[in-house]
Amino acid sequence: MSLVERVLAGDRLALARLLSQIENEETTGLDDLAALYPHTGDAHLVGVTGAPGTGKSTLVNKLVMHMRQEGEEGGDADTMIAVVAVDPSSPFTGGAILGDRIRMRDLAGDPCVFIRSMASRGALGGLARATAGVVQALDAAGFDVIMIETVGAGQAEVDIARTAHTTVVITAPGMGDEVQAIKAGILEIADILVVNKADIPGADNTLRALRATLEMAKPERYVPSLPQQGDASIERGEEADSWETPVMATVATEGEGVAELIQAIEDHRRYLQASGEWTIRERGRIRSEMEGLLRDTLAARFLERQPDGRFEEALEKVLTRSLSPRQAILSILDGEDR
Amino acid sequence: MTSKKIRVLIAKPGLDGHDRGAKVVARSMRDAGMEVIYTGLRQTPEMIAEAALQEDVDAVGLSILSGAHMVLVPRLMELLRQQGQDNVRVLVGGIIPDEDVPRLKELGVVEVFGPGTSTKTIVDTVIRAVGGEPAHT
Repeated sequence: MSLVERVLAGDRLALARLLSQIENEETTGLDDLAALYPHTGDAHLVGVTGAPGTGKSTLVNKLVMHMRQEGEEGGDADTMIAVVAVDPSSPFTGGAILGDRIRMRDLAGDPCVFIRSMASRGALGGLARATAGVVQALDAAGFDVIMIETVGAGQAEVDIARTAHTTVVITAPGMGDEVQAIKAGILEIADILVVNKADIPGADNTLRALRATLEMAKPERYVPSLPQQGDASIERGEEADSWETPVMATVATEGEGVAELIQAIEDHRRYLQASGEWTIRERGRIRSEMEGLLRDTLAARFLERQPDGRFEEALEKVLTRSLSPRQAILSILDGEDR
Repeated sequence: MTSKKIRVLIAKPGLDGHDRGAKVVARSMRDAGMEVIYTGLRQTPEMIAEAALQEDVDAVGLSILSGAHMVLVPRLMELLRQQGQDNVRVLVGGIIPDEDVPRLKELGVVEVFGPGTSTKTIVDTVIRAVGGEPAHT
């Protein structure tokens, strides 16, 4: 059996090996991913982001536990859940310590749960470059929900909003005042806002401040970009109101508020599907993935074709201030054209 | 444009609660450019084998100070074999009596590190064991 067939048949060892090949950008792995691509598109991708120490991993642990238990009690006992947890790589050595599993030990031994730690490997924005590919492979392998936990960087990890269907932003009391909340793009990407550690004094203030800020700061998303994308086929359902970002309180360590948060995640999925925004987001997500690939591939191909030293030569000129970085790049590009 | 990294799982099986050594080793591996998955205290061999599988690691480093190594290590080796993870290299560190070292190696353990081992020795051994090259020199 080929690796692709084994992954589709639910072989976890094969899946794990494929994820490594995708991470390492090995050609065989990327070819296998392409073969798996027709099997993707069914999973609900849930992003979990927030500053370090707000309790992302602990909350993900509890969310997955509850989702699995719900499955046992009613409905679908076979809900398959994958977790992709991204931690930062050292910019100096390229090494990383991936510690998210420490908080997810309750999930050990569950055959319907698969956890994969990823190092960011130099990518900014809270995810690794290969995260999208890893998520696709998990999607094809049949996971119903894929939780993506970002690097806890703070204000810049907005890549998750382009990767996930539902973005949960976690904060905690005392993590910053209202001004922080307004300036950070992090609020704008939130489909659901969670104040974790809500048993800490001051949590009420944080909740109130966030709700007040949201009323002012919530931008009008998606609608203005529609006509440009030429997407007349998608009509918004009449009955679906626009999504109001809920602000929820949880105490992840105690499991408080977790059931409500799962409900909100599920509500958001229903909203996306009923309103047609699921399709719009899919389009946006795939568009940005393709644009990124185009950029990377073009740059790689271009540099491959360059006679050795052209780039370095230009770099020297920029260093001595005889060219600006922009002029240098243009001169390399024009040289190529001639 | 491949960028293979050595991935190592550092685990503390059994019941002792001292993970200072495990953390020091994890850090020195990170500083050598490896990706280290640290799973925390009180792991069962089953949990370790499962984590090793999901994370597709090249090596597992076990830190054992409890004296239970002759129970924990054979169990883990058996699980790894059963799951088809024969390629995963296992290294042990901690308080291991001399007479147990050959027995652990018979089970397939690559190396046993006692107190006082330099982190460089450990890192170099891991790199050699997984057949990789030093990531950063």
